[in-house]
Amino acid sequence: MNLELIWDNLPQLLKAFLVTLELSAVSIAGSTAIGLVVGALRTSRVPVVSQLARAYVEIFRGSPLPITLLFVYFGAALYLGYSVELFVASAVGLSIYHGAYVAEIFRSGIEAVPTGQREAAQTLGLSPMQTFRYVVLPQTRRIVFPPLIGQYISLIKDTSIAFVIGMVELMKAGQAIVDRTAEPVPVYLTIAALYFVICYPLSLWVRRNERKIVPA
Amino acid sequence: MTATTAKEQSIASSIQLRAVTKAFGSVQVLKNIDLDVASGKVVVLIGASGSGKSTVLRIMSGLETADSGEVVVGDVPMHDPKRAPEIRGHVGMVFQQFNLFPHLNALGNVTLALRKSLKMSKAEAREVGLRCLERVGMQDRCANYPSQLSGGQQQRVAIARALAVNPRIMFFDEATSALDPELVGEVTSVMRSLAADGMTMVVVTHEMGFAHRTADRVVFMDDGVIAEQGSPEQVLKDPQHPRTQQFLARVLEA
Repeated sequence: MNLELIWDNLPQLLKAFLVTLELSAVSIAGSTAIGLVVGALRTSRVPVVSQLARAYVEIFRGSPLPITLLFVYFGAALYLGYSVELFVASAVGLSIYHGAYVAEIFRSGIEAVPTGQREAAQTLGLSPMQTFRYVVLPQTRRIVFPPLIGQYISLIKDTSIAFVIGMVELMKAGQAIVDRTAEPVPVYLTIAALYFVICYPLSLWVRRNERKIVPA
Repeated sequence: MTATTAKEQSIASSIQLRAVTKAFGSVQVLKNIDLDVASGKVVVLIGASGSGKSTVLRIMSGLETADSGEVVVGDVPMHDPKRAPEIRGHVGMVFQQFNLFPHLNALGNVTLALRKSLKMSKAEAREVGLRCLERVGMQDRCANYPSQLSGGQQQRVAIARALAVNPRIMFFDEATSALDPELVGEVTSVMRSLAADGMTMVVVTHEMGFAHRTADRVVFMDDGVIAEQGSPEQVLKDPQHPRTQQFLARVLEA
């Protein structure tokens, strides 16, 4: 394997790696915010609200991520009349797509909290928002934590799909090097290793905490 | 207590139900219920499961809405959907399954509403919370989480939590039914001391001993109607209605 080739292109790869990290962090925050709101609305007792939330989930779970990204990037230019920065379009696309999955994770967590908890909070005079924030949400933590981290891992790997709109992240930067050097194997292996370096610690973290969550 | 505060209290903590009905789907759970609870009185609802007694309690506490009829709790007309939420935080509800918040310790359970709903400072909430836990003999366990407490202790914390917001009326929905028999006493003794302090209470229970010793009035419900009511002596020792006689015979046999 041509290690010199990797060494020579390392600055470029690390720069792209940082973009991938940044895009992942922003999209994780975005998808969590969307997922929390949509997941909560999904459990609403107002039928219109829960149906709208459901429609959101079904639409984005039922369409491929590249299409979502293309719609956000070119759709903004075509219909809103202004161009969005690549990074912003990528982050928004990833957030709304993964937000649909995160919403389902939060929904299952919220639904697992017994209704008696809400009734107790209500008779004590807590508002619906306070009940959600201080009674329901903290109890979903142990239920949503493992699947949520799993979703974040998928999201991190999915940032590579942002290349379809021309975003230069790790994957795209690697392809450029391959095009230039005609050495796909060492380059792609290095890229895979860099994704692994982010994702594996998250897996380990879940496993450690899952063990902790199991009641003694 | 002066005459005016006594009068204020009688306005603020009495309950009137007039011609109340409630159906769940095709099942008519309550058929035309009339019930009055005067301020400072303890009314015990008894009856077989499915007779509607818990539903009466849940309607009075605002957890369910009546289909028709008038429900006035304190000075809140609960049949008016706009005004019904006013009752929140002014009545205490104690549940069969305790419903303590498992992620908070005993003191956290008692102070949550004080902090978030009544906007007390941390120190003030802590002081009120500890006082309420002391009231039920649980101040020593204030740092324990619900899972570290026995059923009886959990229910006492739940009572302290309900008392903390200073309710005008307390509702008990089979508060001792989920407890091991030897733990029932610690909860009923707290309930008795509340009654002795003049708290208005509506209690759904199967504890005939509690009903007999503590109730001002016993109400027997059967199939969505009030079949019989009167003093504990009357209803429990000399029931007139055949269904009451049957029910008591079965309960006392067990």
